[in-house]
Amino acid sequence: MLLGVIVWILTVVICYFFLGHYWWFPPPISEHGQAYDAQFNATLWVTGVIFFLAQIALGYVIIRFRDKGGTAKYSHGNNMMEALWTSATALLFIGLVLAGTRIWAAVHFAEAPADALRIEVLGKQFAWSFRYPGPDGKFGRTDIKQINDQGGNSFGIDEKDPAGKDDITSASIKVPAGKPILLILKSRDVIHNFFVRELRLKQDIVPGMEIPFHFQADKIGVYEVPCSELCGLGHHQMRTTLEVMSEANFEKWKQEQAAQK
Amino acid sequence: MSSPVVHAHGAPQGFIRRYIFSLDHKVIGIQYYFLALFSVFLGMSLSVLMRFHMVYPDAKVSLFEKLWPTGAAGGIMTPELYLSLMTMHGTIMVFFVLTTAPQSGFGNYFLPIQIGAEDMAFPVLNMLSFWTTLLALVVMVSAFFVQGGAPLSGWTAYPPLSAVGPLSGPGEGMGQTLWVISIAIFCGASLMGAINFIATTIDLRARGMSMMRLPLTVWSWFVTAILGLLGFAVLLAAGVLLLLDRMAGTSFFLPAGLVVNDQILNHKGGSPLLWQHLFWFFGHPEVYIAILPGMGLASQLLATFSRKPIFGYRAMVYAILGIGFLGFFVWGHHMFMSGMNPYSAMAFSILTMSIGVPSAIKTFNWIGTLWGGRIRFTTAMLFALGFVSLFVSGGISGIFLGQPALDLYFHDTYFVVGHFHMIMGVAAIFGMFGGTFYWFPKMFGRMMNETLGKIHFYLTFLGVYAIFTPMHFLGIAGNPRRYADFTNFEFMNNLMPVHKFMTHAAIFTAVVQLIFVFNLFWSMRKGAKAPVNPWDSTTLEWTVSSPPPFDNFAGKHPVVNHGAYEYSVPGAAKDYIMQSDPA
Amino acid sequence: MAGSTTADIIGGRGAPPAPRDFGGGDGDSGGRGASRRASITGLLVLLAASVMFFAAFTSAFFVRRGMSNDWVDTPLPHILWVNTGVLVASSLALELARRALRAGRRAAFNRFWTGATILGALFLCGQYLAWRQLNDAGIYLATNPSSSFFFLLTCVHAVHLVGGISALGYIDVQALLLRLGPSKRTAVDVSAYFWHFLDAIWIYLMVLFFFWG
Repeated sequence: MLLGVIVWILTVVICYFFLGHYWWFPPPISEHGQAYDAQFNATLWVTGVIFFLAQIALGYVIIRFRDKGGTAKYSHGNNMMEALWTSATALLFIGLVLAGTRIWAAVHFAEAPADALRIEVLGKQFAWSFRYPGPDGKFGRTDIKQINDQGGNSFGIDEKDPAGKDDITSASIKVPAGKPILLILKSRDVIHNFFVRELRLKQDIVPGMEIPFHFQADKIGVYEVPCSELCGLGHHQMRTTLEVMSEANFEKWKQEQAAQK
Repeated sequence: MSSPVVHAHGAPQGFIRRYIFSLDHKVIGIQYYFLALFSVFLGMSLSVLMRFHMVYPDAKVSLFEKLWPTGAAGGIMTPELYLSLMTMHGTIMVFFVLTTAPQSGFGNYFLPIQIGAEDMAFPVLNMLSFWTTLLALVVMVSAFFVQGGAPLSGWTAYPPLSAVGPLSGPGEGMGQTLWVISIAIFCGASLMGAINFIATTIDLRARGMSMMRLPLTVWSWFVTAILGLLGFAVLLAAGVLLLLDRMAGTSFFLPAGLVVNDQILNHKGGSPLLWQHLFWFFGHPEVYIAILPGMGLASQLLATFSRKPIFGYRAMVYAILGIGFLGFFVWGHHMFMSGMNPYSAMAFSILTMSIGVPSAIKTFNWIGTLWGGRIRFTTAMLFALGFVSLFVSGGISGIFLGQPALDLYFHDTYFVVGHFHMIMGVAAIFGMFGGTFYWFPKMFGRMMNETLGKIHFYLTFLGVYAIFTPMHFLGIAGNPRRYADFTNFEFMNNLMPVHKFMTHAAIFTAVVQLIFVFNLFWSMRKGAKAPVNPWDSTTLEWTVSSPPPFDNFAGKHPVVNHGAYEYSVPGAAKDYIMQSDPA
Repeated sequence: MAGSTTADIIGGRGAPPAPRDFGGGDGDSGGRGASRRASITGLLVLLAASVMFFAAFTSAFFVRRGMSNDWVDTPLPHILWVNTGVLVASSLALELARRALRAGRRAAFNRFWTGATILGALFLCGQYLAWRQLNDAGIYLATNPSSSFFFLLTCVHAVHLVGGISALGYIDVQALLLRLGPSKRTAVDVSAYFWHFLDAIWIYLMVLFFFWG
């Protein structure tokens, strides 16, 4: 009987914390982020109701059907009810997945627009590097033998390739607001993961693969980027930031970088 | 039927044949149980150390330095030590606790008795299986004591991190090699066990024990054995490939162009994703290996202590089979963010949601079983009810993670950690606690102390909710998992109060487990003598003395006339009909 | 007995299993509970695990082959064809031995069974020669993915074969010492089935190497 009450109290407390948003998502900064939050909320309501009803029912049967000396009901079940709740849960669960398909499709099935700004992302133990193609719009060739982290050439940009001369590299990522961005994710040692909470986006970076990944951020600000796939002893300090700038500021930044070269 | 003399040789004499290299499934079951008990306390201690480090990363504790002179030089735990604790915590808990106790421990002891057999089909294989498991545990723990310490690549051991040797971090040298070898040995042990479980269930059932009269515990052990058989064979293959990449210079998982720690590696063309596919093809069924026996046990306990037949026995059997079958087609949901084909993610996602259906059926049927019952609140029953509550709480978060769209945020956050700890961690462990309180009288001939048991239950129940519910909020706030400390990120610093709360809850819950250990060992010596059938249960193990004789049925051959859960049958003399009662 | 197992699993309509056949002394020491039926089930279950094991390597083989540009087919040493013949011959010899045993011709059984065991050992020697030939041609385990899989799969198969030969050898010794009582029939059958399975796996591997190399 005590257990029934405890289950009820726990349920109410848990629901209270979920409804109170005490520890919650940061506000979204993109259209995708808003769609994501809508899907999350839909799922939260569906599962929340199931959670609440199931736990309350559990607490109820514990209290109601405790041994009070009568006899238990002899029953082997009810096929009608089995069929009912099987199909109901199936519909509900599959429905949720299908509802989320749109979001997944926008991230992974849709190609990035042709005019998207291309940025290469390099993960390595335990730092990030980002590369912009410069005014010629082309990335220079890379050669792993020319990698030199101290000399600022984490990518190993080939000195002999003229297309690489104007490439800008940076330890944090800056993007213009409201513009489509196409990331090309690369790792040179182990698996890392590029994650921006405010974008509601995440993608593993796998050595040996170049994974394209596009997004568009609309709100100006600086957002933290934590590595989200275990990459070794420095995993917890593999931090960088995503800075969403106004387009003018972004152009200014690019010019400053180019001037420093 | 003639009366074959099965135990022609009689019970073996002498301590070694009887208790050490025993062929008796009951002794082997107890050996497994204690192996798992040792492992669970080891694994739990590691987790307490981890939780401590997360909230007090700079604390100086001289004990740490004594335990790990290099990993905690000066008494301050290094991040690499944290990661090796995490790897070993996960590995030990998954393999040596969740796979070992409910299946190999209770299964070994009770599967033959519940089906009316004298022993497992292959007793020598059974003994070998235990000793290989122990060998695997010894090899695994020895990884702590070699150069560089235990591996830091997590229980999933994703290459390249796990495949390029000490270049990628301390512990990735000898420690990781020992890890792979231990896992390979464990695979061998599990295969031997699975062969025994399957052959025994199919061929050694007593007269009248048709499949649809099997207790649900037997059904879940049987299906778990099939999952283990197919899953561990694949993990063994993956382990061999990883070992070759590490030691023989092959490139199964290692691509070209790797530059690790400023060294250019001479590998070509391998695929890190290949490991993930092979690993999770095993790894997802492994989740069900951990939880299915708990589900079977919960069913058994709920029926027994609510004095009602299982609601929808057939549906329960089909749900177990459905979970087992679908379990092999959902591994990709661990890889939504891995860079695999996004279209296959959709397929995996729909299959994943489908597996929620049999799980939901089970939950509904459990509540249906309780409905209209006459519930006796023994400690075993409390744990079974706790199991249902945790199963719901842990299962429901799977609805978020099974959607690739939502996984775009939740992958590798604490949301995942909270999800799987609730369901395959503590729900499964509640199953084990329930099993311990229920079967202890049969195993050791004495009753456990119910008062201590109930105190332990309530404190543990509140404790695990206090540890694992906040993890979901951390996940929603975006806190990544497998971080040794959180001080480098502003948003994580803001979450420290939650982490502190969880750490304190974890220390509290860990201490509470001492009540259980005390109860266990005290009751073995001082508990009240157990009658043959203390719980008025129906299954065959409650027809024999506590503990059962060497050949289980003292030369008799039980004949089964009833289904497994005939409680409160109208018109019957008592409120239960044993399976072997006359028709 | 035959068929009841499947019917029982699927239908489960109370058909009680047939009385158990405790041959007494079948299988391992003590023989507690190890009936002939369970031995055969156990073997089938073992074979299922083995199939999964090879299936895992096969899927790795095709994934690795499909995605790489560094795959160089490994030339099959010609001796493999001889080895294949030897292995098939040993399986045939086993069947002849079993037929002889059923007809009660113990001497013929001993001859055929010993022959099969020796052929099995010859196959292993032949495999060793094949590995040496490849090594002499400068092809090693880590040379390229194709050779990695070649050495891996042939080695894994050879390890299985060592187990098979031990079983055959054990029965052969028992037979030659005239200790092959009726209770060892299960062991004879189970070992023979296992051997045929290894034979089939080998032929499968040859097909794999020959076409996808």
